[in-house]
Amino acid sequence: MVKVLIIGEHDGKALNQATLKCVTSAKGLPEAEITIVLLGADTTAVASQAAAVLGVHKVLRVDRPENAHPLAAIFAPQIAALAADFTHVFGPSTSFGKDLTPRVAALLGVPQISDLMAVESAYRFRRPIYAGNAIITVEADPARKLVATVRVASFEAAPATGGAAPIEQRTVTAALPTHTRYIGAKSGSTDRPDLQTASKVVSGGRALGSAENFKLLFNLADKIGAAVGASRAAVDAGYAANEMQVGQTGKIISPEIYIAIGISGAIQHLTGIKDARTIVAINKDAEAPIFEVADYGLVGDLFQIVPELQRLV
Amino acid sequence: MQKIMVCIKRVVDYNVRVRVKPDGSGVMLDGVKMSVNPFDEIALEEALRIKERVGNVEIVAVSIGVADTQQQLRTALAMGADRAILVQTDAAIEPLTAAQAFLSLAKKENPDLIFLGKQAIDDDANQTGQMLAALWERPQATYASKLEITGSKATVTREVDAGLETIEIDLPAVVTADLRLNEPRYVKLPDIMKAKKKPLDVVSLDSLGIAAAALLKTVKTEPPAQRQKGIVVKDVAELVDLLKKKGLL
Repeated sequence: MVKVLIIGEHDGKALNQATLKCVTSAKGLPEAEITIVLLGADTTAVASQAAAVLGVHKVLRVDRPENAHPLAAIFAPQIAALAADFTHVFGPSTSFGKDLTPRVAALLGVPQISDLMAVESAYRFRRPIYAGNAIITVEADPARKLVATVRVASFEAAPATGGAAPIEQRTVTAALPTHTRYIGAKSGSTDRPDLQTASKVVSGGRALGSAENFKLLFNLADKIGAAVGASRAAVDAGYAANEMQVGQTGKIISPEIYIAIGISGAIQHLTGIKDARTIVAINKDAEAPIFEVADYGLVGDLFQIVPELQRLV
Repeated sequence: MQKIMVCIKRVVDYNVRVRVKPDGSGVMLDGVKMSVNPFDEIALEEALRIKERVGNVEIVAVSIGVADTQQQLRTALAMGADRAILVQTDAAIEPLTAAQAFLSLAKKENPDLIFLGKQAIDDDANQTGQMLAALWERPQATYASKLEITGSKATVTREVDAGLETIEIDLPAVVTADLRLNEPRYVKLPDIMKAKKKPLDVVSLDSLGIAAAALLKTVKTEPPAQRQKGIVVKDVAELVDLLKKKGLL
């Protein structure tokens, strides 16, 4: 029997959408029984959200003060201990999951499949390599526990309601290290939708020319309710914050609509957006590679086009 | 701070457009330019800067792979590493095996810090640093964009999805480098000449008592599905009209 333990991501208040995408990926395994585990200082609110997700069999809570912040060195031994009852352990391919899940795999002495994008059977999956320039099919040995991170852009979110899974508080007797301490976080967060899960994304490249000019995109984004992203070139040039980067080494996203403005379309950037439902490209260079993947292309000066676009939408 | 170990990987150069073999057995690697994984260059640069600040720190560059990986270790020596160790094997190396090999070296070398890149640009696995930290039973600070060392502690700023996170770790520890930790230096010709005289030890994977287990089997390699090229619209009005009709605005 396939029993999947999904490492739930949350901020103490809300369950991250990435967890719902992990649930969908796990539903692809034949006859899978899906459990979400939540580590935190107090996961009461998040646990009821997880229990309501359609297709979830059980929710495990591990509440203790040491779990107040998601430190891999502290979470991993607890997840590894809980994994004993499961055949599969899935984490999301977010900065949280990518940090934590390999540490769990190593403690279990098993390999990890990173960024699984398609499920072919309980032990056969597809994943991208070389920035998505190749897709490999990987088989793991059923005799071993299977640990994977789920490429969240490849799966739809499972319905957040309709489920009624039982919630269990667990105590884990694992020795927790004190060598890693949380100091603080600085988030560039705004009232705009979260880039990783937004259905609309407006994104800018080096052609914006300055951080000041990025306000054009923020204004457009606010009018249509979109998140704002950026190419690596724009981030490196200091026009946009690090967490806005979309691409191989930034965020890999799958919005309903992605509007690329002044982005030429380097392969590393395209890796981050190729699961977008619709891609719109606005660029003054008609030969820019972004037009090879765009559903709708508009050639012209973004400084004329973007204000006009904002008027008409 | 006496010793820093930097783990580097030989990968297909960043600028090469990788193509899948027609028979689906892998990607075409014959005659392709190989380089040090770009994130590992950033990791090495950070070690070199610590040495320049603190002085009297030995930097050991290590790698695991085929005999030709000596080329990438020579590059690391030319950048400024003091000596290098290659764990030589012809087997395909999974992150867990790499982590086991680096653990074995760490136990011999006892470094205060181990640096790696956050991921290799060939398999994009993003695992080895975390696995090494787990096996070594030491802290990990992944996706580092800033690092400060005070005595036996390090304060690391990490790039996370929501922005930046700061953690404090006790040394020894594993740190993996993100893009914006630094900009690696260029290697100068005299340094390349000097690097030829620096020590580079080669040990076999077997001699470390590690078997290159193929725990995961790659059964097929395919090119990605291509997006269909769309249409070019003539103006903003036409674009907005089309997007509204599709319910996207």
